[in-house]
Amino acid sequence: MDAEASVEDQIRQQIRNNPVLLYMKGSPDAPQCGFSAQAVQVLVACNRPFSYVDVLSHPEVRASLPGIASWPTFPQLWVEGELVGGSDIIVEMYQNGELQPMIEAASEDADEGD
Amino acid sequence: MQIANSITAKLTHSFTPHHLEVHNESHKHNVPPNSESHFRVVLVAECFVQQKLLQRHRAVNTVLANELANGVHALSLHLYTPAEWSERQSAPASPDCLGG
Repeated sequence: MDAEASVEDQIRQQIRNNPVLLYMKGSPDAPQCGFSAQAVQVLVACNRPFSYVDVLSHPEVRASLPGIASWPTFPQLWVEGELVGGSDIIVEMYQNGELQPMIEAASEDADEGD
Repeated sequence: MQIANSITAKLTHSFTPHHLEVHNESHKHNVPPNSESHFRVVLVAECFVQQKLLQRHRAVNTVLANELANGVHALSLHLYTPAEWSERQSAPASPDCLGG
């Protein structure tokens, strides 16, 4: 398996295994970009557990994910294997009241799967 | 102004906007003076009716793929239908830069 294929496999596995997954710059405790910080703030407000990958510590993910996702920037929120969007979309959906039920449903499905 | 102009021209051509704002916010970030790396766009267009947010963003990202591949590092998009825009009349501001 070449290196690029294994990064893609790794990313697809992360997306499959984590019902609520944020690809971001930095960590939720120490975000390194205003847009990532905004995404974390909204997810914390949803009051459900979420996973994250710091793309600054994983440059191979940072390089490969935009191509896989057809999405050029970070952060990226993935819920139940689907790309929801970046921070503009997450904030907008939170304000519309669409995000919370989506996150709640995803974490309930995850609990049932345990 | 080169990239800002090209963003404006491409969006105008592709979306025939009711309303378009292209803000170069690069000066708020840790980049050299007069950079064109961080943009915030407010775009109101009829074609967004029936499109979910993800589809709207993908449509704009596709039109600006060349800019995103050549120096535009952050592109904040606020995309509305004319009806949504007439209700709100303004778009959220960008968050402060944290260095990344």
